[in-house]
Amino acid sequence: MLVTVKIPVALLQYTGNESELRTDAYTVEGLLRNLDDRFPGLSAFIVNENRELRRYVNIFVNEVDVRSGDGLMTKLKDGDRVNIVPVVAGG
Amino acid sequence: MDTAKKRKPEVNVLLGTRKGAFILQSDARRKAWKMRGPFLRGASIFHMSFDKRDGKRIYAAVNSGHFGPTVQVTKDFGKTWTNAEKPPRFPENSGLSVENVWHIEPGRAEEPDVVYAGVAPAALFRSSDGGNSWELNESLNNHPTRSKWMPGAGGLCLHSIVLDPSHAKRMYVGISAVGVFKSEDAGKTWDMKNKNVRADFAPVKYPEFGQCVHKLVMDPKKPGSLYQQNHCGVYRSEDGADNWVEITNGLPSQFGFPMVTHPQDSDRFYVVPEEGDFFRASPNKQLAVYETQNAGRTWIKRSKGLPAKDAYVGCYREGLATDGLDPAGVYVGTRMGHVFHSADEGKSWRLIAQWLPPIHSVSTATLA
Repeated sequence: MLVTVKIPVALLQYTGNESELRTDAYTVEGLLRNLDDRFPGLSAFIVNENRELRRYVNIFVNEVDVRSGDGLMTKLKDGDRVNIVPVVAGG
Repeated sequence: MDTAKKRKPEVNVLLGTRKGAFILQSDARRKAWKMRGPFLRGASIFHMSFDKRDGKRIYAAVNSGHFGPTVQVTKDFGKTWTNAEKPPRFPENSGLSVENVWHIEPGRAEEPDVVYAGVAPAALFRSSDGGNSWELNESLNNHPTRSKWMPGAGGLCLHSIVLDPSHAKRMYVGISAVGVFKSEDAGKTWDMKNKNVRADFAPVKYPEFGQCVHKLVMDPKKPGSLYQQNHCGVYRSEDGADNWVEITNGLPSQFGFPMVTHPQDSDRFYVVPEEGDFFRASPNKQLAVYETQNAGRTWIKRSKGLPAKDAYVGCYREGLATDGLDPAGVYVGTRMGHVFHSADEGKSWRLIAQWLPPIHSVSTATLA
């Protein structure tokens, strides 16, 4: 079980400039917890304290927005690619 | 022979802006300024605070429209920053979510790693490890009046944190559109302290709470004396906030945001009035700082060197600071991104930085 996570440029300062990470999490929520284990505090930039995805952050699993599915409970499987993407700012 | 080099006094002016942090640095003469930054590039820095206890740490209230709020700390004047591992957050599933960190206040000398933070929606957080992890003050958050707090135009933010140096457990906070709170037991319980403070916008002009304090400060030499710039006037208390007296008379308006005390002299502080809540710019088309030397009984207009013609300038609530030198330097940062400095306690001013992003906060780190 191996899932690849793409970190947005704006958060690279918190991952030691690692732009791609690997995780064995089975859900997006588990993936965020794994990120926190490795980089404490990182998930706070992605979800708020109510475990809601921040308004201007999207997570795609293989190009599918998790908001259109099960949100943070979206299941992951071996080979999935997860993209954390800040929405475009401005007009 | 003592070969240790004696450090030359210097002043660092810490600027929190909408697009990052900047530091202006000068020697004690304060004639030539060098700017560094932006640090934390792109982030909206609501406040920066220098920790005099160790002479190294600078805390930044870092807010991002995309990634939410956090606190970052530098120990090398901006070269490197450390993000809080557990930033200020309400308990999971509380239904509340921290929108912005507004103010950071280092704790008392006898608690070298304690730091406080004020956030929106209004809450007080405390760190006991130098800003790395933060705990909610439950008592204030669960105050019996909490459900009736109504945000003003600036949101429901806790922006002022005042620690009484003469009482180890006495502290005050100021919350926009709610008022002043006082604790005598290090934050275990809180009492509202808004007596005689007007709320012109409310159906009751002198409610128990609901007053819109914009900035709360304490006289450094007389801890019982507090001053507040309010939405509805400027006020003084000489009894630890039990009673307030309006001291607006002599100012061009009752409205404004920033307020700062003189670092050495009692009864002496500065404000920057704005015309009013529906026209947030300098009155009479001229930027002016107003100084009192007698706790607000009379005011002196200080505008020599400030924009004097067709100037519609405004300052955010943290936009005014003094340094620790003698004579004291005074600094004002504007929403237009300009920084003006007075090296003679307000008598004359000159521009020391311009065309920065809108300046949220000005504070100083004086190294003697």
